[in-house]
Amino acid sequence: MALMRATSPHARSGDDSAKVMLQVAAASIPGVLALVIYFGIGVLINIALCTVTALACEAAVMKLRGRPVGFYLRDYSALVTALLLGIALPPYCAWWLPMIGSAIAIVLAKHLYGGMGYNPFNPAMVGYVVLLISFPVDMTRWVGPAEVIQGAPSIGEAFALVFGNFSVDGFTRATPLEIVRLNESVLLSRLYELEPVLNKGTIAGLGWETASIGFLVGGLFLLYRRIITWHAPVAMLVALTLMSLLFYDSGSSLSEGSPALHLFSGATMLGAFFIITDPVSGATSNKGRLIFGAGVGLLTYVIRAWGAYPDAVAFAVLLMNFAAPTIDNYTLPRTYGHKRARHATDVEEQ
Amino acid sequence: MASPGYGEITRNGLWNNNPALVQLLGLCPLLAVTGSVVNAIGLGLATTGVLACSNLAVSLVRHQMPDTVRLPVSVMIIATFVTCVELLMKAFTYELYLVLGIFIPLIVTNCAILGRADAFASKNPVLPSLVDGFMMGAGFTAVLIVIGAVREILGQGTLFADMDLLLGPMAKDWAIPVLGGNYPGFLVAVLPPGAFLVAGLLIAAKNAIDAGIERRRSQQIKVVPGTKRVRVTGKIT
Repeated sequence: MALMRATSPHARSGDDSAKVMLQVAAASIPGVLALVIYFGIGVLINIALCTVTALACEAAVMKLRGRPVGFYLRDYSALVTALLLGIALPPYCAWWLPMIGSAIAIVLAKHLYGGMGYNPFNPAMVGYVVLLISFPVDMTRWVGPAEVIQGAPSIGEAFALVFGNFSVDGFTRATPLEIVRLNESVLLSRLYELEPVLNKGTIAGLGWETASIGFLVGGLFLLYRRIITWHAPVAMLVALTLMSLLFYDSGSSLSEGSPALHLFSGATMLGAFFIITDPVSGATSNKGRLIFGAGVGLLTYVIRAWGAYPDAVAFAVLLMNFAAPTIDNYTLPRTYGHKRARHATDVEEQ
Repeated sequence: MASPGYGEITRNGLWNNNPALVQLLGLCPLLAVTGSVVNAIGLGLATTGVLACSNLAVSLVRHQMPDTVRLPVSVMIIATFVTCVELLMKAFTYELYLVLGIFIPLIVTNCAILGRADAFASKNPVLPSLVDGFMMGAGFTAVLIVIGAVREILGQGTLFADMDLLLGPMAKDWAIPVLGGNYPGFLVAVLPPGAFLVAGLLIAAKNAIDAGIERRRSQQIKVVPGTKRVRVTGKIT
């Protein structure tokens, strides 16, 4: 994948794919750290399982395709895919979930479409969605924050949960988004008093808000390093904020949740800075990125509020991945010397 | 036009020109009802019956059909046979008829059938047309069964479940729990995306096999012994 910007002058930053990928991985550290503090080492087990499977699949496919294995493993794109999937999966889920998910992400979503730089869909999100629609029960069991469930599972318990028959049910709690979505009887202010996950947190649920801020910090680092542009994340967050303001109805029992809840709970920040900024499956021009991000924000809210799944970022991202080529076609920047921008599908006049 | 030999008709139907893998016709039933082997066999047999009968009938009247109404006549003939099949299934395999639902009457819109009627039966004698319809149907059914088997194993962990819907009480215990009793079920294989994935992988497998055959054949031809080296410098003595 060439990282040159579309317009001249073509100043090179000296970054290659590997350096970019490693910085993305580094930027996720604050968020992952917060997740580990509140939800325990299950997060790390997921990431480890995903990484091992993803790298093994990447190597196997590269061998099958007759490409240099070491060269492609060292661009670390499979590592980032595995990292994002590992973060998205519920901690302490059975070991085969991360393995199936990352195998699907790498083999189906990435290499069957041509490999790095050719995948129309975000591989990590494809892996996540396949798991979510295939194993809805296992995929929607999130453990509660350690403080709420009187201590996260110990290391021994964690391995029993992941590799044994030990049931995670004793540790699971509804996520803040689920609590608000399923509430139909009490005012939101009362709900925040009743639910320990919500009243022990400040704005959007204990643990969730801290992890979101962690990913926000990581995202700002990526912005500072100019690995991503601000367009898609800002558009997504603005669209999500507007939608949640519109349907907040000041906190009745039927409210779909405050903007703070939607911004700082679930996968919003992870999605905004780490997933929709994927240069391959997203839109290409800056105007296109604005439309792409706004679409993801809008769809995330719609699916969260009126859909059946606890979170919606993955579905929203995949739906907008479908739309990205069309967005690109209508947002081609005006080239120097032309009066107006063309569409990619225009026939050249002779 | 000389009609092709029966060997070629068979090869075309089952492999070279397979309606599901090469012509990509009839994808709607192919993707919609292949969640299990029994559904696949049921719909495959129904389609094969209609294909063979409609090819036979279209071929019989091919000299009486003016070109202007060729397609409407073919559609009428196909629709007649689909109605027959639908009524037969209603009478003898009612539960399967309920499971397959709208996809039985929808056989009439299966492009594979109209395609064969128009491309083959309206130009060829009766017997080759009948064989062609039968072989195309068999090729279609084979693909349906393979997709159905893969999706059933991945999705439910069983093979040949509910075969009694088609074959009566004797097939009640045919279900084989391939992946063990407490297999959680890989739902995506049962859902529509699974059908697209399995069909796509089958097409890829067929292309890979064809490419392999082609490579082996070209390797055999390429070996030319006794290549001469041409001398361009020096003195030839």
